[in-house]
Amino acid sequence: MATLKIKNLEKKFNQTEVLKGINLEINDGDFLVLLGPSGCGKSTLLNTIAGLENSDNGEIIIDSQKVNDMEPSERDIAFVFQSYALYPAMNVEENIVFGLKQRKISKDKINESLNRIVELLKITELLKRKPAQLSGGQRQRVAMGRALVRDPKIFLFDEPLSNLDAKLRIEMRREIKKLHKNFKTTMVYVTHDQTEAMSLGTKIAIMNNGKIEQFDTPNNIYNKPNSIFVADFVGSPSMNFISGYIKKDENVISFFPDNEKQKSINLNLIKTKVNNSDEILLGIRPEHIFLKKEHAVRVTKDHNFAEIEVNPELHEYIGHEQIVTFNYYGQEILGKFSSSINIEIDKKMTLFVDLNSVSLFDKETKRRI
Amino acid sequence: MLNKINFSRIFLFLILGLFVFYYITPLYVMIVTSLKSMNEIREGNLFSLPSTINFDAWKIAWGGRGEGTSDTFLKPYFFNSLKITIPALIISTLLGAINGYALTKWKFKGANLIFLLFLFGTFIPYQAILLPMARTLGFLGISNSPIGLILVHSVYGLGFTTLFFRNYYVSISDEIVKAAKVDGAGFFKIFFTILLPISLPILVVTIIFQFTQIWNDFLFGVTFSFGEHAPIQVALNNMVLTSASVKYYNVDMAAAIMAALPTLVIYILAGNYFIKGLTAGSVKG
Repeated sequence: MATLKIKNLEKKFNQTEVLKGINLEINDGDFLVLLGPSGCGKSTLLNTIAGLENSDNGEIIIDSQKVNDMEPSERDIAFVFQSYALYPAMNVEENIVFGLKQRKISKDKINESLNRIVELLKITELLKRKPAQLSGGQRQRVAMGRALVRDPKIFLFDEPLSNLDAKLRIEMRREIKKLHKNFKTTMVYVTHDQTEAMSLGTKIAIMNNGKIEQFDTPNNIYNKPNSIFVADFVGSPSMNFISGYIKKDENVISFFPDNEKQKSINLNLIKTKVNNSDEILLGIRPEHIFLKKEHAVRVTKDHNFAEIEVNPELHEYIGHEQIVTFNYYGQEILGKFSSSINIEIDKKMTLFVDLNSVSLFDKETKRRI
Repeated sequence: MLNKINFSRIFLFLILGLFVFYYITPLYVMIVTSLKSMNEIREGNLFSLPSTINFDAWKIAWGGRGEGTSDTFLKPYFFNSLKITIPALIISTLLGAINGYALTKWKFKGANLIFLLFLFGTFIPYQAILLPMARTLGFLGISNSPIGLILVHSVYGLGFTTLFFRNYYVSISDEIVKAAKVDGAGFFKIFFTILLPISLPILVVTIIFQFTQIWNDFLFGVTFSFGEHAPIQVALNNMVLTSASVKYYNVDMAAAIMAALPTLVIYILAGNYFIKGLTAGSVKG
């Protein structure tokens, strides 16, 4: 149970800057997910929080105590590693209680904690086995048990599910979520999987190139991305970006896509500050595009939707839904629809775009307007 | 097609058989000669089996003729060698293991350079260190003593043992060590409770290698010790090369086998692990 505050954290490996001034603050019981592409510095950040790597600058504060100069074992954290990192020569029980023994805790208390964890994770029958005799999912459980048994202030997870197969991954994801719900412990979780991030996190920090692009709730990350990077990284298929410019005369704000002078999208109801002839990218998520006008009328608030004329070009069937690629004045737009709808390829049609849900980005700064 | 395979198989086994014969013949000659009496050796054929099995030569090689003469026999020198080999083996293996562990799991600035120097150390020939080592042992006052030879072998072996362990530990996940750090274990605790128990394959390789090196060493032994402190290989040399009137081939052969026996035993007991350990690093993912 603890708060975590990170102030202006910097880290270099030789000449390469891996962390370029990280600022974060989470409350007691928060589940922070560090999400980003590989090499963005998220694992380094986690290792620095744990004390397994030193920072060059900045502060890490756990419960109002600066921990920069403390050993990993003194920070009262628990770490679950990607490879599980179970001690190969010890059996499951020895693995779980190793940390407690190091802390010279009395035998009775160790047994009590062990029993609690064993029951919680249902691993009684595994206690005398060596890690090599366990399946991937069982190893994962034991690794979690080793972390849980210590009852630390903060849990740190480094891509703990990435070595599991798809089905098991979803199962374990739910178990982690349940654990967090029951224990309300502060957790920091590193992953490159956006579904994991969205489903687990109460807060998500999207990292790119050693910096935090956006630190927000999952809902805001998805619906109000701060930058093109965030908008593009989260969502599958990712957000459509339509390149164009703004035309503002009197009280009418219109968006003209590149290569088109006549047909524009009316952006009057969007409450953002844009200027005449601003070059922007209009971001539309594939699920905010509708095929039927009635549908758009029913769903969008204030009937704030636009009609665009497109040509369907490609059709991908993925089971419960389909992804269709449209050509919109030379730019590609992807739409996501129920697979029961039949769309004829190469037959011009009209789509309806929910304008309440679109995002506008400055073409130059790549930031949200 | 079938004929071709059969032919090449036969050819292969023929060649292999030839090599087996080639390597086993000296051993065979040594064994049969050591079991013959001198008369039989003088009169008989080199390859013939002994008419009666006679262990006299072995007894003489081990314990002497018991006439209070000045002839050399192996028993005291065998124990000299054990006194040198076992401590030197333990020291060099343990230090090599700790070096390998520190160089891979507690990386510090210059770790790679230091490893490179150890690697370089394995290429230094025996002869190159004789004089400086003689000065050092003299300075320390431990020349012509088992302690001196223990030091020489420990230091000379360190490059090899460090290399072995470093390459083994490099293939073991760093996350295990990180997990142990978070659990609150220190440098030696992690080494002894977590890494050493999974180091059996490389331990066996190192022990076989070091035992063979130290036991079979002649040059260091003959340079840094003499008389009653000499190791077995030096004694064997003195025994065989005496300019005494008669050459006792049976005793010489028995002594040579005795001197070689411990390494042979180690190979047979641990050889299976030796092969596994040599390839372990490459197979592990």
